[in-house]
Amino acid sequence: MTAVVEVRDLTKHYGKVHAVDGVSFQLEENRITGLLGRNGAGKTTLMSLLTAQEFASSGSIEVFGASPLENAAVLQQLCFIKESQKYPDDFKVKHVLRTAPWFFPHWDQRFADRLVTEFRLPLDGRMKKISRGQFSAVGVVVGLASRAPLTFFDEPYLGLDAVARQLFYDRLLEDYAEHPRTVVLSTHLIDEVSDLLEHVLVIDSGKLLVDSAADELRGSAATVVGGREAVDRFVGTREVLHRDGIGGLASVTVAGLDDAERAAARSAGLELGQVSLQQLVVRLTSGTATDFTEELSA
Amino acid sequence: MDESRPIFQQIAERIENDIIAGTLPEETQVPSTNEFAAFLRINPATAGKGVGLLVEAGILYKKRGIGMFVAAGARDRLLAERRDRFRDQYVAPLLAEARKLGITSRDVVALITDTQKENDS
Repeated sequence: MTAVVEVRDLTKHYGKVHAVDGVSFQLEENRITGLLGRNGAGKTTLMSLLTAQEFASSGSIEVFGASPLENAAVLQQLCFIKESQKYPDDFKVKHVLRTAPWFFPHWDQRFADRLVTEFRLPLDGRMKKISRGQFSAVGVVVGLASRAPLTFFDEPYLGLDAVARQLFYDRLLEDYAEHPRTVVLSTHLIDEVSDLLEHVLVIDSGKLLVDSAADELRGSAATVVGGREAVDRFVGTREVLHRDGIGGLASVTVAGLDDAERAAARSAGLELGQVSLQQLVVRLTSGTATDFTEELSA
Repeated sequence: MDESRPIFQQIAERIENDIIAGTLPEETQVPSTNEFAAFLRINPATAGKGVGLLVEAGILYKKRGIGMFVAAGARDRLLAERRDRFRDQYVAPLLAEARKLGITSRDVVALITDTQKENDS
């Protein structure tokens, strides 16, 4: 596996705010990676840094083996679909689609045309006037048809209805299967995309909390439910991610249980609940369990 | 998809189930990784990992340039494996629950026989 992105000790601060704080990671080639985290966690800043739309305060970034700053050879391999993309005032949908091929050497016009039909985009609609959903769909079309070797989608679904979001996920998977490339998907709708992701980065307050294969995160936490005493006895000194309780009942989310531990919990009369990727991220980033990452990487 | 287990394992199990059920007979071609991915809406790499698991186990084999096929004898081997697991996965928990409710092993056997009769009639 080769890394298309290599980030070392990257920091970006605006005044006293550390939007990205000492982050290091690699993105392997031809993977779909989920960049997950709360609003203001630093996801957009991180992607802006990788695409040379912002300058780093410190640290290093290599994209396709070189710094992306003012580097046309690197930048033409990138596509960054931003939630708040700005277009010239009088631009219509067709103008966006007509200019996109100038920036993306791998642009596929037939694919773009097909997507325009499927997303029912009005070609003569002005970018300023069309609905939020249609605006997002234009970004999705450009991001997919660009076939850029490294494509970033920053919450590309705002205003898209469930049908259009599913269409986006389906076309992304389909086209990715035929034309493998590196995709970074930043999203809040974790449950919707969790099956599409091969790798997951979780960022919170500018710091990287999780850098792990999606399949490793599945089953890396479980919820143990039962009588308070029995639960406490089972949990013992384990890392607790979350604790709930009512009366004599307790529900505790703990890190990684293997098969033997699961069996032990069941024979102690405890029920085991699943923790989805979304719940895991919520519990990791709700500010109570910062030590959990050590548990995961152990 | 079950959230608590890796998807690639679940993919492998699905294919195994189809082989056991006879939907995928031996020496027939299984869908491609990309077809699995599109149908189940999962990452193609994950689907590939699930298929890879079965290739390693000798359940599937690759014909160069054509695709994946079910190996001869795959069904019998899977059945043998599943029978071994049946005890741990079904019989042991059944007896544990019975003990909790004060149902003796003999009663359990009687219950099984009765249920079987009802189902047959």
